[in-house]
Amino acid sequence: MGEKIKITINGKELLATPGKTILQVAEENGIEIPHYCYHPGLPVAGNCRMCLVEVEGARKLQTACSTKISDGMVVRTNTPQVRETVKQVLEFLLINHPLDCPVCDQAGECGLQDYYMVYGQYDPKFIENKNKKSKKATPIGKYVMLDQERCILCARCVRFTRFITKTEELGIFNRGDHSELDVYPGKELNNRYTGNLVDICPVGALTCRDFRFQCRVWYLEEFDSICPGCSRGCNIKIYYNPHRPHKAEGKRVLRFKPRPNLKVNRYWMCDDGRYGYKFIDENRIMYPLLKENGKQSEIYYDEALKKFADYLKENIPDRVIYLLSANSTNEELYVTKKFFVENYELENIFLPAEDIFTGDKDDLLITEDKHPNTNGVKAIFNILYKDFIKLDELREMIERKSISLLIVNRHELLDEVLEYVRENNVKLVYLGTNFNKTAKVADLVIPISVFAEKEGSFINVDKLFQMFTSRLEPLGVSVPEWVLFNNLSEILEYPLSYSSYKTVLKQMISEVVGFKNIDLNNFDKYGEMVEL
Amino acid sequence: MSVKILTKHFGIKDSHKINVYMKNGGYKQAEKALKEMKPEEILEEVKKSNLRGRGGAGFPTGLKWSFVPKDTGKPVYLCVNSDESEPGTFKDRHILEKDPHMLIEGIIITSYTIGANEAYIYIRGEYYPQAIRLQEAIEEAYQKGFLGENIFGTGYKLDLKIYRGAGAYICGEETALLESIEGKKGKPRLKPPFPAAVGLYDCPTVINNVETIADIPTIVEKGGEWFASLGPERNGGTKLFAVSGHVNKPGVYEHEMGYPLMKLINEDAGGILDGLKLKAVIPGGSSVPILRAEECDINLDYDSVMKAGSMLGSGAVIVMSEKTCMVKALSRLIHFYKDESCGQCTPCREGTGWMLKIINRIIAGKGRKEDVDTLYYIAKGIMGHTVCPLGDAAAMPVISFINKFRDEFEYYAINKKSMVE
Repeated sequence: MGEKIKITINGKELLATPGKTILQVAEENGIEIPHYCYHPGLPVAGNCRMCLVEVEGARKLQTACSTKISDGMVVRTNTPQVRETVKQVLEFLLINHPLDCPVCDQAGECGLQDYYMVYGQYDPKFIENKNKKSKKATPIGKYVMLDQERCILCARCVRFTRFITKTEELGIFNRGDHSELDVYPGKELNNRYTGNLVDICPVGALTCRDFRFQCRVWYLEEFDSICPGCSRGCNIKIYYNPHRPHKAEGKRVLRFKPRPNLKVNRYWMCDDGRYGYKFIDENRIMYPLLKENGKQSEIYYDEALKKFADYLKENIPDRVIYLLSANSTNEELYVTKKFFVENYELENIFLPAEDIFTGDKDDLLITEDKHPNTNGVKAIFNILYKDFIKLDELREMIERKSISLLIVNRHELLDEVLEYVRENNVKLVYLGTNFNKTAKVADLVIPISVFAEKEGSFINVDKLFQMFTSRLEPLGVSVPEWVLFNNLSEILEYPLSYSSYKTVLKQMISEVVGFKNIDLNNFDKYGEMVEL
Repeated sequence: MSVKILTKHFGIKDSHKINVYMKNGGYKQAEKALKEMKPEEILEEVKKSNLRGRGGAGFPTGLKWSFVPKDTGKPVYLCVNSDESEPGTFKDRHILEKDPHMLIEGIIITSYTIGANEAYIYIRGEYYPQAIRLQEAIEEAYQKGFLGENIFGTGYKLDLKIYRGAGAYICGEETALLESIEGKKGKPRLKPPFPAAVGLYDCPTVINNVETIADIPTIVEKGGEWFASLGPERNGGTKLFAVSGHVNKPGVYEHEMGYPLMKLINEDAGGILDGLKLKAVIPGGSSVPILRAEECDINLDYDSVMKAGSMLGSGAVIVMSEKTCMVKALSRLIHFYKDESCGQCTPCREGTGWMLKIINRIIAGKGRKEDVDTLYYIAKGIMGHTVCPLGDAAAMPVISFINKFRDEFEYYAINKKSMVE
């Protein structure tokens, strides 16, 4: 193993691993070979015929997606014959295609458009009537719209439901040029990964019912992130709309798409995570709220901080509970620990276990724990699951310990707890991103920014430490938690003095025992394993 | 008088019955092969015989068998291709009807040679009476102990099953046939891997045509050298020629390889209908390039026909008289291939439909001169660019018809009427 063989593509000598295909080797070396049916996450089909290349010694052009390399193989992807063939295959694909780009949501990221500009540009010879198909703009699932006439029958989606989700809802019906993609009779596309079908569809045949017509894709910008929907930590791209703020009712983030990471999510993500993006722009807590005379009203941020500091001073740590969130980033958790445990000397700091295990998981990506960073809490606070507190034990604990200040990071408390807190004049501080019942009754509400608005890191279910970036400004006056506690520490006169996210990150990496193997100068963009 | 191998029992009453077959020496070769010969010895004879695949491709049968890998730990399968669907081809039907036991005997010997204990006959759905007859023959063979456990007391076991197709031409393509037997839609597979290594249920598989297998008992009986001596070099044995079209006596004729095409048309098939002149011949089933009358002075063996620019294919000789309109003739062929395209890969799926639209438009009197070039352009775009040979099968007639009768196509396109009618 490890031995490489020599292959020549377009005159360039390359060393490659045996067993790979021409297409894989070409892609690794930045040589583009056009293709539709090939997808790295799916079995090879070889049906679109766009990747035909010349292989020296072969009688006919060979499909680069299915032809394995051999030592000394000489491949050409740019001969007149190859170019002519690719152009003609593209012409075949387009003769019955409706060319309804102006009303097609795929426009701008369509494989047909893209390849036409590079490999097509022919003088069209087709003057016949186009074939009609039975379904145009027909919903076939909660999130997926089918347009059979735009379909180029590459069958990526069929293979996805067959080999990835193993749900087999999709098939190609009929024969020849009246072949149609459809769901099997009596079936519905209702697996939990249907959004991926839209991603892998190279054309506008499968479009996303959630995203379509919200915004033209060329107005979107994107950045890399990690899905916060569960502890899998699927790598994603966040698409946001900075240039047309009047579109989509002012929502900034319009979609998530998976980003390949073979260590985590391969090429996919689940629908729960994908369509769970809406909390970024909806129902957000933008400004601090203070409850006076039973009514919450907005206050200035500085006022809120001061109020929070007063609460902390007025109550002795023994009578304070802080409920951590497994949605916080490692850096936030680290500063939380610095602030509350090391400086404020708080002992009652817990991660509620109530909603960690929902029992909802599968064999592909979805995990039981619907938080992205439970392992981060474990690593930084050095606690085990058995130490997690149950929300229904909270009331009893508040009573037993005569708690007078309850600080809740993002959780939804049980009604009985809220009732007890109200009746016994326990101050309730809510730190969070979005409104919930608890936020609406809290004495003090302080907004924090969502994951997409800050840099940070999560540790996933497999103990993989993954970092993410942001290109969104926090909404309202919300800030990352580490900024909040850093500011609070100054008011309380034991300043933590973190000047930037980087300073927090560096200190955390050097101090947290489980992170000792991480080298920030040499960090694997696909994540690094840590010890818990 | 030609040597008869495949049709030797055709005149005998009840030739499809096992008792009649046995009375004429049937199953003696299977017994001899299983009892007295090693598989390698049979393979050697088949190699020597120069038997080439009768399904159309003409691939040397012995060589094909030798590709089956040994000791994979997986079962080996034999699939007999009886999907005979190429327009013009109706030779296997006669074997199935009149001498099914010769086929079964060939299957026993072949299976033994390649190490298969299970064999399938994939028969086209339209061959319903033939499937019934074959089933009866298989049952007879089981009753006599020629199929099943411990055949001829040798311990060798073979099960033979019929799998009936549902009417798709594409299922005659060997890998689509495998898909179909596996219960899937008949779509050809990518090659490599070849079926010899990864075939039915991903196991090593040999796929042979009915006629090929029916030759095997005779090769075992008379030896590979004798068989090879019947035809010219590299073309052993006899061949069934299915003659159709504008002849007085259409039918199936058996002759040694290398039999002259014109003799077949003029003597066996009784010459051209109504005393007309010959215009063209498709010598090997509808997918092979057409030959003009003046090109037909050739011998019917794989290499000679190839040299003439066409293919012997399945030996289906389609004869066209001077009154044939080539535009309409081609439109029939394109219609067939358009209907039968599986639709899996782009050039064949889209190209066949496009060609049909154009040629139908020409016939409807709405042609343009440039349509002929477009037809040619589409066919060239299909040729050699598809998953399976069906793409070539659809393209070759178009290319050859236009190459050889371009004037007729242009005449029709420009003048909105046929040149010959």
